[in-house]
Amino acid sequence: MKRDAIAIKDGDNVATALRDLNAGETVAVGIGETVVPVTMGAAVEFGHKLALVEISHGQDILKYGEVIGRATADIPKGAHVHVHNIESLRGRGDLA
Amino acid sequence: MLEFEGYRRPDGQVGTRNYVGVFSTVVCANEVAEDIARQVDGAVSFTHHQGCCQTPVDLKRVNEVLIGLGGNPNLAAVLLVSLGCESTAVAEVVAGIAKTGKRVETIAIQEHGGAARTRAEGTLIVQDMVAEASSQKSERFPISELVLGMKCGSSDTTQGLSATPVIGVASDRIVAAGGTTILGEITEFIGAEHIVARHAETPEIGKQILALVERMENRAKAVGCDMRGGQPTGGNIKGGLSTIEEKSLGAIAKAGTAPIRAVYEYGVRPQVKGLVVMDSPGREPEILTGLAAAGCNVIAFATGRGAPQGFPFVPVVKLTGNALTWERMRDHMDMSVAGVIDGTESIPQAGERLLERIVEVASGARTRSEITGYTRAMDIYVTGPVI
Repeated sequence: MKRDAIAIKDGDNVATALRDLNAGETVAVGIGETVVPVTMGAAVEFGHKLALVEISHGQDILKYGEVIGRATADIPKGAHVHVHNIESLRGRGDLA
Repeated sequence: MLEFEGYRRPDGQVGTRNYVGVFSTVVCANEVAEDIARQVDGAVSFTHHQGCCQTPVDLKRVNEVLIGLGGNPNLAAVLLVSLGCESTAVAEVVAGIAKTGKRVETIAIQEHGGAARTRAEGTLIVQDMVAEASSQKSERFPISELVLGMKCGSSDTTQGLSATPVIGVASDRIVAAGGTTILGEITEFIGAEHIVARHAETPEIGKQILALVERMENRAKAVGCDMRGGQPTGGNIKGGLSTIEEKSLGAIAKAGTAPIRAVYEYGVRPQVKGLVVMDSPGREPEILTGLAAAGCNVIAFATGRGAPQGFPFVPVVKLTGNALTWERMRDHMDMSVAGVIDGTESIPQAGERLLERIVEVASGARTRSEITGYTRAMDIYVTGPVI
C-alpha cells in the first residue's frame, strides 16, 4: 500500500510526511495497517508533521502515542504542525 | 520457540561467540595486546585509554569494566596484558574474571623484559587458550538466554519512524520469551525522561531513571554547557522535529513497551531478566563497551545515515530505514527496514524479521562489522579528568 505520511500509533493526532507534500493534494496516511486520506491545507516537507484531525489551542500533540507538546494555536486538519504552532511541555518541575 | 546456537560458560551465561580475549589493563599496554591478538586466529583484543593517572572513582570504574568485559560470555578465556606500573588493580581484575570460572592469565611487559618477549610469551598462552576454547561444542538455547544491547546512532528522520520502533518490537519479543534487553544512551532520555520513567515497573525505579538523567545533564552543565538550551538543534528543527520530547521519543522507541525492571550503573551486569536501563553516554565506543561489560551477547543498532561501528567480541546488528543509506553504506548494514517507510512492511513484521536476524547472528552468522573488520569502537566511559 502506498503511503505519503505515517502515524506511529492509533490516536496520534499528527503524522510524519514520507515525501514533500503539496498544499491542496489529498494524501494517504498510514496508521498501523489502515490508510486514511487527508487533504493538505499547507505544504509539508519530508520529515515534517501534518495534523490528522482538527487540534484546538492548548490541546496535546500526540506522536508515538505520547505527548510531544501542546498546540499554541488552533490547527486545522491537514495543516503543517511545527514550532510555529506547538510548544514543548518539558519542565523540570513536572518530572515526577 | 526460537533457539540459537551458543556456548554455555561455567557460570551459566551463554555466549554467541567463542573468542579468546586479549585485554590491555592500561593504555600503555595497548600495542602489545593488539599484536598478540593479531597473531592468533580466534583471539580478539580489547584496548582503551584508561588505567593510570585518574581519580579513584574512575580507576574503580576501569577495574569493574575490565572484570565485566572478561566475564562476557562471548569470551572463553582472557589474557590481561599489563605494563606493570599502572594504577589498574590487576590482581583484583584477574580475581573478578576468575569468578566466572573461565581461564584468565596475566602477562606484564616490565616483568617479561619488554614488548618482544611479552608478545612471544603472550602469543603462546593465547594459542593454548584458543586450542582449549575451540574444542567446546555449541548447543541450542532458547532466546531467553539472549542479552540484547540496544543503541542508535548517526540518526536521521527515518530512524524514529522505522529502525528504533523495529528494535522495540524485537526487544518486546525477547523480554516476553524471558530474555534480557538493555537500554543505554541516557543523554537521549533528556526531554522524554518523564515518559521513560512512566515505563518503570515501580515508582522507585522511575525515580532512579530521573536521577540518572539529572546526573547526566549535570555532567554536561559542569563544563559550562547547557544541553537543553540547544535542543532540538537547528538541524533537527529543519528536519521536522519540533520539540525535545519528540526527538527523545524517537530514540527511546527502541525500548518497546515492556516495563523497565531495574536501573544499573555503567557496565554492571543485570541481576534481573527483562528490560533494564544502564547509565551510559551515547557515543559508540563507550556505550558498546558498557553493553559488553554488562554481559550483552548481541547488540542491535539503529542508524539513519549509516553508522559503521562494531565491537571486538559482541556482534552488532545494524539496521536502517533509509533506503539510500542501505544502498550507499551496504557493506556496513545488516538489514533494511526501509519497507516500513515506503509502506511495504509493518513495524511488527520488520521487528519479527529483526528478531530472526538476531537469532541467526547469535548462532554464528557474521555481521557486516565482523566481516569488514570494523570492530574497534571501544573505550571505557570515565567521568573525571586525566590527572
